[in-house]
Amino acid sequence: MVHEVVNQVMGVSEGLLPFLLLVPLVAAVFVLFGAPARPVSVGAAALNLGLALCQCVTYEKPFSYTLFDVVPSLDLKFLVGLDGLSLMMVLLTTLVTLGAVWMTSKVESGENAFYASLLFISAGAMGAFISFDLFFFYAFHELALIPTFLLIGIWGHGDNRVAAAWKITIYLAVGSIVLLVGLIGLYGSLPVGQRTFDLVKLRELATTTSLIAPSAQRWIFPLLLAGFGILISLFPFHTWAPEAYAAAPTPAAMLHSGVLKKFGLYGLLRVAVPLLPAGMQAWTNVLLVLLIGNILFVGYVAVAQKRLDLLLGYSSVMHMGYIFLGIASLNIIGLTGASVMMFAHGLSIAVLFAVAGEVRARTGTMRLDELGGLAQPMPYLALIFGLAMFASIGLPGFANFASELMVFFGAFGAGSGAFGYEAAVAGKFNLYQIATVCGLWGVVVSAIYMLRAYRRVFLGPLRSTSADVAAAGHPVTDDLSGNRRWALALLMAGLVVVGFRPGLLVNALQPVLLRTLPANVSATTMLPASGVPAHPQAAVVAVVPPRG
Amino acid sequence: MSPIYLEAAVVVLGVFLLALEMFVVQGEKKILAWLGIAGLGIVLAASFFVDQTAPTGAVPSYHAFYSTDSLAMFFKRFALVTTIIVLVMSVDYLGVVRKFTPGATAHGGLGEFLALPVLTCAGLMWMASAVDFVMIFVSLELVTISFYVLVSYTRRNAASLEAGVKYLILGALSTGFFVYGITWVFGLTGQTNLEQVSAVFAAYQGSTAPLLFAFVLLVIALGFKIAAVPFQIWVPDVYQGAPTPVAAFLSVGSKAAGFVVFIRVLRTFFHATAIAHKIDLLLVAVAACTLVYGNLAALPQNNLKRLLAYSSIAHAGYLLIAVASSADPASGGAIAFYLAAYLPMTLLSFLVMIVVANYSAGDDIADFNGLSKRSPFLAFAMLIAMVSLAGLPFTAGFFGKFLVFTVAIAQHQTLLVILGIITVACGFYYYLRVVKAMYFEPDTTPSGQPGGQIPVGLLTRVTIAVLIAAILVLGIYPKPALGLLGSAAPQEAAGVLRSVSPQVVLR
Repeated sequence: MVHEVVNQVMGVSEGLLPFLLLVPLVAAVFVLFGAPARPVSVGAAALNLGLALCQCVTYEKPFSYTLFDVVPSLDLKFLVGLDGLSLMMVLLTTLVTLGAVWMTSKVESGENAFYASLLFISAGAMGAFISFDLFFFYAFHELALIPTFLLIGIWGHGDNRVAAAWKITIYLAVGSIVLLVGLIGLYGSLPVGQRTFDLVKLRELATTTSLIAPSAQRWIFPLLLAGFGILISLFPFHTWAPEAYAAAPTPAAMLHSGVLKKFGLYGLLRVAVPLLPAGMQAWTNVLLVLLIGNILFVGYVAVAQKRLDLLLGYSSVMHMGYIFLGIASLNIIGLTGASVMMFAHGLSIAVLFAVAGEVRARTGTMRLDELGGLAQPMPYLALIFGLAMFASIGLPGFANFASELMVFFGAFGAGSGAFGYEAAVAGKFNLYQIATVCGLWGVVVSAIYMLRAYRRVFLGPLRSTSADVAAAGHPVTDDLSGNRRWALALLMAGLVVVGFRPGLLVNALQPVLLRTLPANVSATTMLPASGVPAHPQAAVVAVVPPRG
Repeated sequence: MSPIYLEAAVVVLGVFLLALEMFVVQGEKKILAWLGIAGLGIVLAASFFVDQTAPTGAVPSYHAFYSTDSLAMFFKRFALVTTIIVLVMSVDYLGVVRKFTPGATAHGGLGEFLALPVLTCAGLMWMASAVDFVMIFVSLELVTISFYVLVSYTRRNAASLEAGVKYLILGALSTGFFVYGITWVFGLTGQTNLEQVSAVFAAYQGSTAPLLFAFVLLVIALGFKIAAVPFQIWVPDVYQGAPTPVAAFLSVGSKAAGFVVFIRVLRTFFHATAIAHKIDLLLVAVAACTLVYGNLAALPQNNLKRLLAYSSIAHAGYLLIAVASSADPASGGAIAFYLAAYLPMTLLSFLVMIVVANYSAGDDIADFNGLSKRSPFLAFAMLIAMVSLAGLPFTAGFFGKFLVFTVAIAQHQTLLVILGIITVACGFYYYLRVVKAMYFEPDTTPSGQPGGQIPVGLLTRVTIAVLIAAILVLGIYPKPALGLLGSAAPQEAAGVLRSVSPQVVLR
């Protein structure tokens, strides 16, 4: 009896999955045609968060089903589904979307188009995360391209906004087309008769046989790495990101840096790692070198920044390096860490950009030397910024800490052949361990620029930049008011909950990620037997702070 | 009923419109356009009920010239739809025609402008069916000569006259090449029917030089029609000078008909296995040049018509990628779908341009500044057209490019794929420049009334809405369209293109 009810609820919630995509899309169209923008958008975002939570509660095991066929001869269909990884991304998307829409301040002209663009970006990300079909997975991400272009170009900040809009759009377009070629190449390299865009089928085929010839994998993987890499702002393709985020209106920066950028990482985990293991292994060293560039080079560039928005942009690029490190380590701990960090970083950077946007709205400047002492008039914003900053640096208690720890453990233990730890003890560091050490130093670097930014912006004597700022209608003394406090509190709550109970995510992620790992790799790169259980699942539990 | 009655009906309609023009002197000439649209619509509907099966037994003699295969049917419908939309554009364009035509009063001198596209349409439909070099030549000339008149129709406009002369001279030159090519083929084979030519080619043992020479001559002539580099010189000037509906007609109708003839001729020459390698090389070279030239030359354009002219060259390049990958059985489907996608997005951009140009100084990109404030509807329509031309997902253009890249990668056309990546990125830049003008720039119409709304007639409004819907439906849910094509072009175009001689596959 109870079982039946449970089954029924499960069935309903599975059926509700497409609504996660439909709600923002339909709301966007309504808003575009003149429905009251803010209420409809916030309502849709809240409804979507509810739907996502409903999926979280009822989620038991991965599922997927076909909505409609597109090209039967290519086995191309609109396949939607959920597993632990996409569930986490869906939750992240809905959380950040609600935060971004909620935090949107008054839009002077074209309010409806503004909110519709935000909803389109959110729908694009959502579509990418719930599509289990390579084609739609790719296509939905592109849905966000034009709204981003318009948001930055029309409502962006500064004189640089049109240039920044061009830069992000051309970069992402190039990244996407490289990615498309890589994906079609992947499709074309499948044995005839097994060609499909169906990711579920592909993964099953990949676990049983070596699906794609290693020689083919070696040229497809760099295409995917470059394509996804441009979207993720992998060093040296990262220069679009800080400029675009600095020029973008706050909610767009929140959505893009928090959610959309994770699409590339999600794609690596979903497509590149499971389907192209040989290609991955062949190109890991290149990836490791590039991600050190992400962590150290971009980290130091962030230190040199004189504007808060650019600093946050570079910090967001820098943290991609850690996620890459987790993925590159190719073991269950590293992958879990990388996945959790996608969630953690998405929330923390969204909060940081939101606060920066509020500061800009109140003072009219983002220059660190013109700001100061803002904790006095706006204690709430200062508190939230401080918390998000500590989260971003990786202090315990926040999700970022748990994930960084897993990434470092995973990466340090990684490496081909001998167990990493033993090699390290013998004094022979492999590239993984060098990267891990660089990553650890990167934590220090990020502490340097974050703490300095905090001191410059919020501490010290109040430097209400000038009378003309106040005259221009910037109410310097106001703190964040009313219900918009709750928007930031919501995002921070996500960070804290996962920070104290990372098991919530880890348990959902592990079955997926275990299947993601190619069998031979996960067997050779587990933690050594000494003291730590060799079973990968148990190993993670040992690393993660005890649940509860 | 044989499909040949469709062409007959269109010719009768065209002549009827010409004759009718004498009697509607008092009224608005627009009624001619409406009659033309209605008539072509009826023919389009009838095309779904004609008997396509090739006759058996006592074959009527014209079947040696005239094919009724599904490739032909697909391109006949294509020509009909194009012409209908071109007539819709012409209605909006009549004011401009009137201004630049001496002797044209509000009542006279416009009939031919509406009747000639209908006659051109008949030519395009014949081209789709022509399977004999003589027939191909005659129908090609019917189309080309109609275009000579149409391009220079607004004869008080110097640019239009210049365009007409350029098109006439280069068109005549390409006709010369075509006839010369036919002569060589006839000299080699003693046949003009494509099927019989194929049979002779398949058994051909002699020197390959004359074969190649004939092929090159034909490629030059057809390259002119489809605007392939290096036979594209006329395109930008003619598009910019010609009346806008005619430019649209050239860009879509003429190009598609050129491609169907190109496919048929290519199919014939693939039977000559001795030169298949060289044909492949030639195709790759032409495709590569067309891609690079069209896209790079489009980058600095400031005039939208010129931009669309280069874009039309660029899209010919993408189509040629699929042609160059014709060893893949899916390539015919890719070509057909790409053309089907190319139709709504190109016609939509030309249509919006006509409406906007009517209310501003010209058709420079700068004239679109701030269009999103003057007319959100037109700006949105243009946005969809540009985004589709650039190839963003969920638009027809993306799916076309997706299919093209799929066959190219399957055929390991590495060079073309790499060039494709670069040129698609270029495309994003020049198409989004229009979007930038419409949405980012302040409204600076030189002709005054900033913020003034642009009125859009009902017929135009409906047509724009239908074209937007077509672009989105083809992009989001192409299955029905592909199914329609599946029963039409692909098998014919693709399967047969190479299946007779599988050993020619290069790689």
